[in-house]
Amino acid sequence: MKPTDISNPEYFHKVVDCQYACPAHTPVPEYIRLIAAERYTDAYMINWVSNVFPGVLGRTCDRPCEPACRRGRIEEEPVAICRLKRVAADFKGSVKELMPDIPTQKNGKKIALIGGGPASLTVARDLAPLGYEIHLFDEQIRGGGMMRSQIPAFRLPETVLNEEVDYILDMGIHTHFKHYVSSLKELLDQDYDAIFVGTGAPRGRDLPNLPGRQEGAANIHIGIEWLASVAFEHTQKIGKKVIVLGGGNTAMDCCRTSRRLGGEEVKVLVRSPFAEMKASPWEKEDALHEDIPIIDNHVPKSFVVEEGKLKGVMFEKVSPVYDEKGKRQLLPTGEPLVFVEADDVLIAIGQENTFPWIERNIGLTFDKWEMPEVNAVSYQSTIPKVFFGGDAAFGPKNVITAVAHGHQAAVSIDLFCNGLDVLTQRLAPTTNLVSQKMGIHEWSYDSPITTDLRFLVPQADKKLTLSNRKKEVELGFDVQTAFKEAQRCLNCDVQTVFNTSSCIECDACMDICPTSCITFTNNGEEEDLRTRLSAPALNLTQDLYVSDVLKTGRVMVKDEDVCLHCGLCSERCPTAAWDMQKYLYNVTKAGHSCSK
Amino acid sequence: MTYILPKFRHPALPKNKLGYTIKEYEGALSTLCAGCGHDSISAAIVHACFDLNIEPHRVAKLSGIGCSSKTPTYFLGNSHGFNSVHGRMPSVATGANLANRDLIYLGVSGDGDTASIGMGQFVHVIRRNLNITYIVMNNGCYGLTKGQDSATADEGSKNKAGSVNHFHAIDLAGLALELGAGFVAQSFSGDKTQLIPLIKAAIQHRGFAFINVVSPCVTFNNNVGSTKSYDYVRQHVEATSTIDFVPIHEEIVASYEQGSNLNIKMHHGEDILLHKLAQDWDPQNRLSAANALLKARAKGEILTGLIYIEQDSNDLHDILNTSNEPLNGLSKQVLCPPNEALEAINAAFR
Repeated sequence: MKPTDISNPEYFHKVVDCQYACPAHTPVPEYIRLIAAERYTDAYMINWVSNVFPGVLGRTCDRPCEPACRRGRIEEEPVAICRLKRVAADFKGSVKELMPDIPTQKNGKKIALIGGGPASLTVARDLAPLGYEIHLFDEQIRGGGMMRSQIPAFRLPETVLNEEVDYILDMGIHTHFKHYVSSLKELLDQDYDAIFVGTGAPRGRDLPNLPGRQEGAANIHIGIEWLASVAFEHTQKIGKKVIVLGGGNTAMDCCRTSRRLGGEEVKVLVRSPFAEMKASPWEKEDALHEDIPIIDNHVPKSFVVEEGKLKGVMFEKVSPVYDEKGKRQLLPTGEPLVFVEADDVLIAIGQENTFPWIERNIGLTFDKWEMPEVNAVSYQSTIPKVFFGGDAAFGPKNVITAVAHGHQAAVSIDLFCNGLDVLTQRLAPTTNLVSQKMGIHEWSYDSPITTDLRFLVPQADKKLTLSNRKKEVELGFDVQTAFKEAQRCLNCDVQTVFNTSSCIECDACMDICPTSCITFTNNGEEEDLRTRLSAPALNLTQDLYVSDVLKTGRVMVKDEDVCLHCGLCSERCPTAAWDMQKYLYNVTKAGHSCSK
Repeated sequence: MTYILPKFRHPALPKNKLGYTIKEYEGALSTLCAGCGHDSISAAIVHACFDLNIEPHRVAKLSGIGCSSKTPTYFLGNSHGFNSVHGRMPSVATGANLANRDLIYLGVSGDGDTASIGMGQFVHVIRRNLNITYIVMNNGCYGLTKGQDSATADEGSKNKAGSVNHFHAIDLAGLALELGAGFVAQSFSGDKTQLIPLIKAAIQHRGFAFINVVSPCVTFNNNVGSTKSYDYVRQHVEATSTIDFVPIHEEIVASYEQGSNLNIKMHHGEDILLHKLAQDWDPQNRLSAANALLKARAKGEILTGLIYIEQDSNDLHDILNTSNEPLNGLSKQVLCPPNEALEAINAAFR
């Protein structure tokens, strides 16, 4: 193998598994250390810069970071990254004065943001401090988009959402609420220098062809529309017996909300097997905890309506069959149909994009799935001054992805408005690599590895939460537990940096490494090398760090997979050929590219 | 700050026939200087015992005083151990071995502990052919007392302060050979591919097995001009052979050119497979081995690898015709004969 090029910013970035997996690349270990140091405000600001909604995400994020967490590869559970983020938000001090100043002298450029969700708000947050005049349009009465309409208040208190939305709106954003943009052409004709579309995936999927759908319409609701109607307090009640169709996170929100609006017998029925449901495991657990049975392998066949009144739903039982490629088919078991009684049915089987307000003759190209053609790097559409982001760009994902899109779209808009190229003139990430050595056995981070297992987040009493729709279920970590959970972090951003020329090949690092990551051996092809190491390097998603040729002709090979970043290789190195160096990687945000 | 060894290990660590991973053979975290050759030798011992599927409780590790003699704390944490008086490890080992012949004895000593204060003990334990693996971690200096030259420092070698050693070095391997040791080897702490099979072979050898391991002292004897530094040793090592240790019932897979191979059957049925590199050397001929050592010394080279082996030698138990059963397996009656037995013996002299 060739020597590893550690000057490539992505090499060490990839070692920080959580940050690498995060769409917005939030420097996770950095803020977790600050939480352990009780510097909650600083931890919050690192998050705020990177993901804009720490309080919201600390409660509701899809957490792509956690399955990636290295801790999950050396013991049972990853670090509770998401809930630590909430700790930063819960215990922070005043942050307003730490946020960027908004210039009174504007730069003369005018931007329209369509939709008031996380993607648009991120664009606003990134561009307002640069002097842009920003107009935000949303059909609802307040900003927040799906964070407000679809995430129930018992998971995300309105105060938390309002606080973080207002940090942005207070930057002098011109808001146009209760204003449905019905024509893109109309906006294009106005004097906006750029337009950002962050309208989400607003249409919930229906089951229009199921018998009884029309007749029972009064008691059959589309999940996301129903959740929005609850959030804006148009809906206050639901029947005693409720069926939720679907197995995603929206289905979980629907069933749990139903329990709070009078649903006594709420059931979730889903086509797929329980283990393969789309909902996050923790959301399924929360639903089960609230006495909601999840009945899998049931496909709805018809709505049963008698005398104009919905009585229930007829289901067919299926079982999953997998072909050689692992592709799943749901085949009927042949058992008689199952009838499940219901006063109300909520359909939560997915959502889709829809752009009825974009004219098809203005030069904006749509593909065969009726999705706009959007560049995956610049988020630019086929009309140069129109940009897309969030669910509107590439279909339904999640809040953190929308934020990541928003940052990149903001970079593009800023480049575009300055007459620069949105693809070739984007700047590389800012990186920094600094030794953490304080003494012979002292590092500026807590290098000992704790054996604590993941701590559970306490929940409020069920009686209380089920009787009040707005009572938050999760209570969050207290500071003591937060500290202990933070100490579970392996500090993967403190990199093991190897200097070939200082190595005397005493083998001390190889002998001490508790997880057998380091080997001195003859070089070879990666496939062969992976089998010859101190412990076999079976995880192909993790890189091998290979040194230049050493004096004896061998090379140092380090398998990054289960490195604990404990620093022992470095402590046992007599010549400081190993050093523990903190790697900070920040995605470049809008603005830097134009400052000379 | 870490003097704390993390509890976690690689999840895919291989297991030996006993179902143990290497973790079960580790000891406490070393407190020796970072980069000390002794730590590499400890690691080699750990690997050798893991590979040989030795139950840790069947090993007794004994040592004297010095940096080297501290190392038993850093390997085989689940084995028996005795940190004895300076230079007196052979006596304690002899006592232990006579009491319980069923354990595997591992003596660890240094150049000071063996070649100076313990020289008297060393030569006699060789003479008696005690069944033990005796490893000298040889760094040519007294590292624990700030690096004075030891009796194995080569003539002309320069220490860290710049002063030159004017005394002739004691060649421990040559001495062992001279005194009739049945297994003599030399190695370098920085070459585990050689050291691990040597330790395995030494453990399986019945009788006294001696390995002199050059082990650089990074703190006091790794300077330019020293003949025991990493760089110097790497440049002057001359291996007798490459060595493979092949356990019983395992197929010999290594294949070398005809004529240079040597397959030595061990006492318990294992094979040592040697691929000879040195000319005019027969590891089963004491004269030839002594010759090779002297020639290498004359050329300023450090001869490593297996130097001499005599498969069938009588160990101390054979010579003394002792009980086959360890003393702890004998009943009180057998161990402490009644007064009548003494009377009977005395009567025989009357």
